[in-house]
Amino acid sequence: MTTTENRPEIGQSRVRKEDARLITGRTRYTDSITPTGCLHIAVVRSPLSHATILSIDTEAAKQAPGVHGVYTLADLGGEEIGMPCAWPITPDQKAPQRPMLAKDTVHFAGEGVAVVVARTLAEARDAAELVEIDYDPLDPVLDMEAALAEGATLVHPDLGTNESATWVFDSGEAGTGGSVTEAIAAAEADPDQVVVKRRFRQQRLIPAFMEPRSCVVDPTGEQIVVWSATQVPHILRTMTTVTLGVPESKLRVIAPDVGGGFGGKIGVLPEEMLTVVLAQKLRKPVKWTETRSECMLTAHHGRDQIQDITITARKDGTITGLDVKLLADMGAYLGLVGPGVPVLGAFMFNAIYKVPAYRFATTNVFTTKTLTDAYRGAGRPEATFGIERIIDELAVELGREPLELREQNWIKHEEFPYTTVCGLTYDSGDYEQATARAKELFDYDALRREQAERRERGDKVQLGIGISTFTEMCGLAPSRVLGSLAYGAGGWEAASIRMLATGKVEVITGASAHGQGHETAFSQIVADKLGVPFEDVEVLHGDTASSPKGLDTYGSRSLVVGGIAITMAADKVIDKAKKIAAHLLEADEGDIEFSGGQFTVRGTGQGKAIQEIAFAAFMAHDYPEGMEPNLDSDAVYDPENFSFPHGTHLAAMEVDTETGRVNLRHYVCVDDIGNVVNPLIAEGQVHGGLAQGIAQALFEEANYDDQGTLVNGTFVDYTLPSAADLPSFTTEIVSTPATSNPLGVKGVGEAGTIASTPAIVNGVLDAVRHLGVADIEMPTTSQRVWRALQEAKGRSTQETPIDTHSPGAGLGSIDPNNPQGEV
Amino acid sequence: MIPAKFDYVKPSSVEDAVRALADGGDDAKILAGGQSLLPVLRLRLAAPSVVIDLGGIPELRRIREDGDRIAIGAMAPHHDVLRDELVTQHVELLSKATATVADPQVRHRGTLGGALAHADPAGDLGAVALALDAEFVIAGASGTRTVSAAEFFQDYFTTAIGEGEILTEVRFPKYTGWRTHYEKFNRTAQAWSMVAVAVALKVDGGSIAEARVGLTNMGTTPIRASGVEAALVGQQATADAAQAAAEHATEGTAAPSDADAAADYREHLARVLTGRAVLAAAG
Repeated sequence: MTTTENRPEIGQSRVRKEDARLITGRTRYTDSITPTGCLHIAVVRSPLSHATILSIDTEAAKQAPGVHGVYTLADLGGEEIGMPCAWPITPDQKAPQRPMLAKDTVHFAGEGVAVVVARTLAEARDAAELVEIDYDPLDPVLDMEAALAEGATLVHPDLGTNESATWVFDSGEAGTGGSVTEAIAAAEADPDQVVVKRRFRQQRLIPAFMEPRSCVVDPTGEQIVVWSATQVPHILRTMTTVTLGVPESKLRVIAPDVGGGFGGKIGVLPEEMLTVVLAQKLRKPVKWTETRSECMLTAHHGRDQIQDITITARKDGTITGLDVKLLADMGAYLGLVGPGVPVLGAFMFNAIYKVPAYRFATTNVFTTKTLTDAYRGAGRPEATFGIERIIDELAVELGREPLELREQNWIKHEEFPYTTVCGLTYDSGDYEQATARAKELFDYDALRREQAERRERGDKVQLGIGISTFTEMCGLAPSRVLGSLAYGAGGWEAASIRMLATGKVEVITGASAHGQGHETAFSQIVADKLGVPFEDVEVLHGDTASSPKGLDTYGSRSLVVGGIAITMAADKVIDKAKKIAAHLLEADEGDIEFSGGQFTVRGTGQGKAIQEIAFAAFMAHDYPEGMEPNLDSDAVYDPENFSFPHGTHLAAMEVDTETGRVNLRHYVCVDDIGNVVNPLIAEGQVHGGLAQGIAQALFEEANYDDQGTLVNGTFVDYTLPSAADLPSFTTEIVSTPATSNPLGVKGVGEAGTIASTPAIVNGVLDAVRHLGVADIEMPTTSQRVWRALQEAKGRSTQETPIDTHSPGAGLGSIDPNNPQGEV
Repeated sequence: MIPAKFDYVKPSSVEDAVRALADGGDDAKILAGGQSLLPVLRLRLAAPSVVIDLGGIPELRRIREDGDRIAIGAMAPHHDVLRDELVTQHVELLSKATATVADPQVRHRGTLGGALAHADPAGDLGAVALALDAEFVIAGASGTRTVSAAEFFQDYFTTAIGEGEILTEVRFPKYTGWRTHYEKFNRTAQAWSMVAVAVALKVDGGSIAEARVGLTNMGTTPIRASGVEAALVGQQATADAAQAAAEHATEGTAAPSDADAAADYREHLARVLTGRAVLAAAG
């Protein structure tokens, strides 16, 4: 059977083959794995954000039915064990040791203090309530600027400061551009230039993946088997060795089907290490599965930056300098790659624009809150928001049409490849093409006319047009670049292809999916490369026994790094098969052509299918001298450059000036993601990404009260939008193929999230700026919009309290006499 | 999460339920759909010794015509209320408000009586029951009694249902031909109301003959906007009349402040939404 007559698989909108099992749940997620004799653990967590632990009384819990044991850190002998941070962004970065359970002080609400092991999860949870802990409260550290001030309460007094590190990039010093200090000084002195300074706030977000985290450890075999709901099984294995000293060869890590992550499952967790330690200690399988409340409280959060941005430009609109100063909230400890998240944004504030002088500095700050780390886009949404917002502000300052101002400053399509002020080389792109198509789909000019009419007649519903012409760097990453940034790993990806005796194909990838559709997309690539039917390709991943080598899935890297490794492995299979084909066809290898799964002798009708060659290699009755009877091949791909998708996103925002209600009426995006393997998957990624980016602009924020308690840690009050809150998106893809990889592909997993947030906020402000509103913090809730409109009219309004919701009551209202909602 | 351990009984008659409640003592909780109780149990904010499930009493699900009233069993799921022709025809406002309750899954599980007995001031149905002068039938060891909506809602999560008593039925007078609207304002499509306004108007030849207006989440209980009602009666159903009447919307309210909205914003919304609801009802 061949596919000679069939159209190529690449480019087909195949329905994802993994979806039936993922959507029906008829598959194995980590929590559905329960080895015989498995014990269950419940973590006792601190309700306080900052406190000294005076005593822990586990006696009553130990007596509870079904309880196997109750342990503190000391009971486990775990005082020396520290969770890994793989990204020391500066040589002198201050990194407190994060223990598996709090040692003598808790540093954020939700930190584990003790752990109960019982026969059933219910018994473990019952007993957890019996653990008595006496705390002596300490002052919480919540505000980043206050945390850096003289005399501030220190999260970790032994560090002597709440500043973890300050990382700086200066194009003048790097030799990639001018000095921004000089550019600003020149602009301030020049009547023909403007200087625009703004402060933007990136609120704290909760990644809110669907499957809570879970870990099962079976220590009863030669290898300790660890199942975890993780994005990074390979990193987890290495880091378990680094953290606990278990030899890597004694560990098998499996990420079975994983229900989403968005970066939220990139960490190596204290609970994972606890589960390993307990399984080893008790010599029995042990399972940890968190509740939704634990997940929202303790799984790392995202964003949380204060951005001070200065842009200078000539009055004709030409940008002359850009200065960015960030404060980034790390939370109570450093996550696995948390310190590097702002650094990932450092190279993207200049975005698609020709900026002659640029400086970026981030100061990473400790607070007594949940850790922050990667969340969809990781550093790049923040950067894109900053630049796309400040460009709009510059347009207002100069009285320019914002899209025209962008075009004036962006890199023209004929200027690619283009080396930016950060020293990155953008390989390809066509901002004119994407923008022209987006304007057409959006009917930009008509909406501008409607906007003018609504303003003119003082309509109670005003219309704003939000723009975001974004680019991003993804496909993490060239290993040498990561090395230059002191990142604790490379950025390559591994693949293997096994040709089975019957002609079927197993593809092994180190890029372990957690819902992205790798199995479908990778099968399409291999089907085309080897000329085998799509159905004959099986993709294996997420188990270090079957896919021993890999760096996993994050940073829109799976296709542009992992996919390329697969094509390289396929090329090696073809090379080997060609030798056997030449031998069997009694022809010179140089005369063998390969196309559509057929090896043929040039100029003859003679040929053999790749499946026949696979069988011949298996039988090994007749194969060339000096060759192994084997087609299987491995490849490791280390990219030379990042991938730079871009696009133009336009949002029509309606603002009800009576209520402050914001309505996203229409959203158009045209993304250039290079060649597309599966348009349906790409569109799905864009849709999901848009929903998350729009949610940051309109809906989501993790709120802490003045005691450092997360006050909206349930899905009742952490307002995730549903489909009912979003319009039907108009998405389109244009393709300027990447020149940096053989498939010409660019990453798409984060694009929608990175691009959409500033488009929405720019649109909201565009609707009300003429009413005197200069800025509205995210999320731009109806209340915030209303207050901004009132203040613009000179009316003072009440402060918005955030401390009256109780965590997790699951109720619409909170009785002030019974704030916990107990009934 | 897993609730703390409790006993579970599922009586098949109201008498048995009342007996089970008496046997259960202070700690017993009624399960009437579970859309508020189960989260509270799972979060271990409550740990009752016994949960009495009213789901096994068929007559409590019935919706029937009772003379000049529509009597709805306390265990009628929102979905049944929504689809019932008697309700649509005679108590349209209830139907419209019920359509805004949460999402389809919740509307299939949650019940009218459960929601009203829970008495969350952010719940949508209390304002309707209050505006429409519904009657609440409450069964106890000594038989049944009836209380008016005005008496029923007492405070946050507190109603006239006494210890050992069960809400069995809610009776709505017929408002056949009245024009109605439920104007709900929330942060996301399936969220609780920040503020909502329930309006029923009897319009005679373009002029408002009678008006009933209830407010959701503007105090510790649902609130009857009597000032608005009085201002509407006798007026033509115009934008100006609606606007003028809406100025009375915050009379007698005590709007809460929470993460969604501070009191001043809620008061502003109550006025704007009342004006809109009246206009929408008047059509």
